[in-house]
Amino acid sequence: MAEIFVLAEHRQGQLRDITFEMLTKARELAEKTNADLTAVLLGKNVREHAKNLVEYAKRVLLVEDDKLEHFNSDAYQKVLSHIFKERKPILTVIGHTSYGVELAPRLAAALNVPLATDCIDLAFEGDALTVTRQMYGGKVNVKAVLRKAEGYMVTVRQAAFQVQKPPTPSNGEIEEIPSPLTEEITTKRFLQYVLPPPGGVDITAAEVLVGIGRGIKDQSNIPIVEELAKSIGGVLACSRPIVDKGWLPSDRQVGISGKTVKPKLYIALGISGAFQHVLGMKNSDLIIAVNKDPKAPIFSFSDYGIVEDLFKIVPPLRNKINELKAQKT
Amino acid sequence: MDIIVCVKHVPETAEAELKIDASGKTIEKTGLVFDINEWDDYALEEAVRIKEKFSGTVTAITVGPEDSDSTLRKCLARGADKAIRLTDLKFTNSDAYATAKILYSIIKNLHFDLILTGAQAGDDGSAVVGPVLAGLLGVPHATMVKKIEFGEGKAVVNRELEGGLEERLEVKLPAVFTVQTGINEPRYVSIMGIRKAMQKEIRVMGLADIGLNESEVGEAGSWLKIEKLYVPPVEKQAEFLQGSPDEIATKIIEILKSRGLV
Ligand SMILES: Cc1cc2nc3c(=O)[nH]c(=O)nc-3n(C[C@H](O)[C@H](O)[C@H](O)COP(=O)(O)OP(=O)(O)OC[C@H]3O[C@@H](n4cnc5c(N)ncnc54)[C@H](O)[C@@H]3O)c2cc1C
Ligand SMILES: Nc1ncnc2c1ncn2[C@@H]1O[C@H](COP(=O)(O)O)[C@@H](O)[C@H]1O
Repeated sequence: MAEIFVLAEHRQGQLRDITFEMLTKARELAEKTNADLTAVLLGKNVREHAKNLVEYAKRVLLVEDDKLEHFNSDAYQKVLSHIFKERKPILTVIGHTSYGVELAPRLAAALNVPLATDCIDLAFEGDALTVTRQMYGGKVNVKAVLRKAEGYMVTVRQAAFQVQKPPTPSNGEIEEIPSPLTEEITTKRFLQYVLPPPGGVDITAAEVLVGIGRGIKDQSNIPIVEELAKSIGGVLACSRPIVDKGWLPSDRQVGISGKTVKPKLYIALGISGAFQHVLGMKNSDLIIAVNKDPKAPIFSFSDYGIVEDLFKIVPPLRNKINELKAQKT
Repeated sequence: MDIIVCVKHVPETAEAELKIDASGKTIEKTGLVFDINEWDDYALEEAVRIKEKFSGTVTAITVGPEDSDSTLRKCLARGADKAIRLTDLKFTNSDAYATAKILYSIIKNLHFDLILTGAQAGDDGSAVVGPVLAGLLGVPHATMVKKIEFGEGKAVVNRELEGGLEERLEVKLPAVFTVQTGINEPRYVSIMGIRKAMQKEIRVMGLADIGLNESEVGEAGSWLKIEKLYVPPVEKQAEFLQGSPDEIATKIIEILKSRGLV
């Protein structure tokens, strides 16, 4: 029976959301191609996760080894290569996450399996695999086909697929595979996790966020938006380049490598809407975006859009809010 | 320390209007401004800083057409010692995998202690070249690196995970690291530096010079073949507010009022 593999991703004792997103999409593909859906779980003391995964998959391949306590792509590559050679899955799905990015390209090249990364959709057309991905920061979608092969590999974008439990739990079996790792991996060793510095401001607790992006152009412009944030009773947040440049501290960053926020109001000023940012704010109750570029991807995630120079909108907006407040008191 | 930096010459697209060309498989490039890929800018800066601290050389390499020279010149002006451009008509339509093979066939003949690439190219966003290159060279790699320190025959790096979390790894050298933005603050180039860089030589090589087979590059040597480009469907189309800035501000206030937000 043909198999579709999903690599379960977990960290610090938790299965990560991407695992279930991948299982949902892969189940659809498995049904269409008449293949078995197999979750592959590597780690130390992770049997509990396996019990969770059998609800979604026909089978869980479990490899437990002390040497797999922390994610290490070199260790994972050895184990997965071993399993691949035996089972030859027609498709392997891995998260386009910090783990998947470290693992998938080198693994695919070593196994000579074609890989497409950061996919937002995938489908078999006969025995060909076509994928949808994005280019130019989300401004263009691409439909691409992978080079014909017996097996394919993809990494998929986080939150591209919505988790759906199978109508009836799959009740899969757990199949344990002895670890093929004979010695410690010495090329690359995990030392420790490094937590973000304790922040002064918790943007996840704010009801109103004014998010600024590269469109702010210069650090000297920040007081202008800060004033707006203040008058509206909100807090300043930002996209990654603002933190990279050191204009705001990292605790203000919204997105995949920053914070996930869900305020009542998110005003995006000069933010293009790259998915790494959007993932962190798209569930806000109300999103208003100001951007000079009518094609900016942020507009397809916003309730209201304003195609204008942010510096023309911010001052009158601030003034009107201040007027309103003055009237009330 | 001898360091190789892989750099890509990419169009700046954040503020540009993109048009899909007649073939439907790429965008129209005329009118777009090209520059060094954002992530590679940080990689190059990191390489130059390491060189300044430990001495050695920095070599910038790109796979691309002749106009990529401006990106290589920028690297030379910023402190790279040598520059190599790999150019061949046969390289057209190479994806990240084929590009990694092209880079490998020249780099395998060079001495290096460290190779830096960007975490991803801003145009295709593959995040593939660095780790594949490392695999071909048979050296360790770490992706999305935000800090590099050196020990005896090894480096200790911070890798970025999600949500602000990082992990510290010890990696044997030589190695390939893919650099994440924010690792440093790339310096500006002085006019003097640019002038000096104009005199430096850029080595240009093609398919035959690097001993690769035609079938290993271009579309034939790629994992991915682009079928078509299209404008992304909108998830939820924003309602656009029109008018003068003043009128727009009034409209925003009305919306906020109706939601009890002001
Ligand atoms: C692994 C990884 C993790 C990442 N994590 C994050 C993350 O957590 N958060 C994050 O934000 N990004 C993250 N990024 C970066 C992300 O890919 C984008 O590069 C980034 O979000 C772009 O920020 P931006 O929108 O501010 O800048 P740009 O994309 O440069 O956009 C600037 C926008 O401002 C507009 N503009 C310019 N001037 C004006 C003006 N005067 N008025 C109005 N509009 C104007 C432009 O039209 C443009 O749309 C990550 C990337 C990677 C690879
Ligand atoms: N054409 C190229 N020439 C040189 N280096 C490249 C090229 N394409 C990609 N790279 C390097 O590989 C990194 C990741 O690119 P990608 O895998 O395409 O996302 C880039 O940041 C560059 O450092």
